[in-house]
Amino acid sequence: MYDSLNQIIKEEKEKKTPFWKLVQLDDCHESETTVKESMAEVLKVYTAMKESVTNYDSSLKSQSGLVGGNGEKIRKRLNKGEMICGDFMGSVIEKALKVSESNACMKRIVAAPTAGSCGVVPAVLISLQEKEGFSDEKMCEALYVAAGIGGVIASKASISGAQHGCQAEIGAASSMAAGAAVYLYGGDGSDIANAAALALKNLLGLACDPVAGLVEVPCVKRNVMGAVNAITSADLTLAGIKSRIPADEVFEAMNKIGRNMNADIRETAEGGLAATKTGNRIKESIKIK
Amino acid sequence: MNLFDIIGPIMIGPSSSHTAGAVKIGNVARRLLGEEVKKAEIYFMGSFLSTGKGHGTDRAIVAGLLGLAVDDDGIPNSFEIAEKRKMKFVIKPGEDVEGHPNAVRLKLLGVNGRKIEVMGNSVGGGRIEICEIDGVETSFSAEAPTLIIQNEDKPGYVAEITPILVKEHVNIATMQLHRRKRGTVAVMVIECDQEIPDSCIKALKKLNGVLEVVYLGMRGLE
Repeated sequence: MYDSLNQIIKEEKEKKTPFWKLVQLDDCHESETTVKESMAEVLKVYTAMKESVTNYDSSLKSQSGLVGGNGEKIRKRLNKGEMICGDFMGSVIEKALKVSESNACMKRIVAAPTAGSCGVVPAVLISLQEKEGFSDEKMCEALYVAAGIGGVIASKASISGAQHGCQAEIGAASSMAAGAAVYLYGGDGSDIANAAALALKNLLGLACDPVAGLVEVPCVKRNVMGAVNAITSADLTLAGIKSRIPADEVFEAMNKIGRNMNADIRETAEGGLAATKTGNRIKESIKIK
Repeated sequence: MNLFDIIGPIMIGPSSSHTAGAVKIGNVARRLLGEEVKKAEIYFMGSFLSTGKGHGTDRAIVAGLLGLAVDDDGIPNSFEIAEKRKMKFVIKPGEDVEGHPNAVRLKLLGVNGRKIEVMGNSVGGGRIEICEIDGVETSFSAEAPTLIIQNEDKPGYVAEITPILVKEHVNIATMQLHRRKRGTVAVMVIECDQEIPDSCIKALKKLNGVLEVVYLGMRGLE
């Protein structure tokens, strides 16, 4: 994987090869696969993302009983045309909920980059495909863009909540989705990096404080926030608004913040929301005895 | 880490470490046993113990022992599948082991009477480490073609084993030697870049002093 977005942008100009293609070729080289095999695998991933939305079952509850059925509530409101943020953003919210609720209910999802943040990238990409009619091939290219961004974040910082908190999961997912969205609207490497920077800047410092240590509270709803944040970051970028701090430096800042985070807000479920009175009560009620 | 670690894996939720990782540990333990599991004692430690139930870690490990893949719809129903296939299991709290926050110890009995004890660690993002086999410390992920060879702890085995791999153009990526006590049984773990042909494994098994050869290949696995 690349370890710098600046490097991808530089190569995009020098080799006159688009961002997504550079990411693809780099992975093919690393994992000794052909372009055709790689593309087929990415299509499989995208198809699994779509299925994770369509296979949503609103009757399911998670093991703890804390999560389930909320995607359907947004769908009902959408059907009545009542969403304050409009139909498009409403459908982004709906999908982010559906996919991350499905995850909590032990259904099939794509970890992107993690299972806890699995709702963000599909909510953004599938909603944009529905809105604009992009081909599946184009969507796969967008997934390469997302993966390229995620790879750089993993290399400069981390994509693990246990290491760097939620900024490394929802933050990374939002950054990946924002860059991919901008690519779909004709953005080049600089635009992709700009959107990725804007998205992650908003989520720096986010704690990973899951109640009872489960990927449920607050994870599911944070997927909604990550997806919406990706769309706004893409719109800002497409309007020509620049991030004053370049993406690579934002990722480095995330790394430093993550290193300074106390262990109690790095997925240990000992701090933040997990350590609240209600959080503790839920924890006690679901232990293996 | 490759591209499909960033946009992937495709898996049954809710947690790459506590669900997908647990399935993988179960899977690898089953393959190390080399036959269908008849009876399993499952000891959860660390956060597998404290948060495992809510993550479906219990169902995930049983699914793995049944040979289900990380994206198999059957994972949530693995207890029922185990009953149908007559695989017995018990789940208990294990003794905490320093430095292994997400760990499980598995004592397995196979349908043909083979026994094995395996300890696995889920190290994040669905990646795992097998850290103990039958009381001997190991460290491998089973993400590459892996040979596990048990031999008498005497000089010369490395020199005898490597030419057999060289002959088939298998490149060794990593190699570890472990033993419980000097002069007893040694375990050699060899991770390779290529699949190891059956002929190679047969030749290894014939070596004097080699007690057991288990091969974890990648073929047919996702």
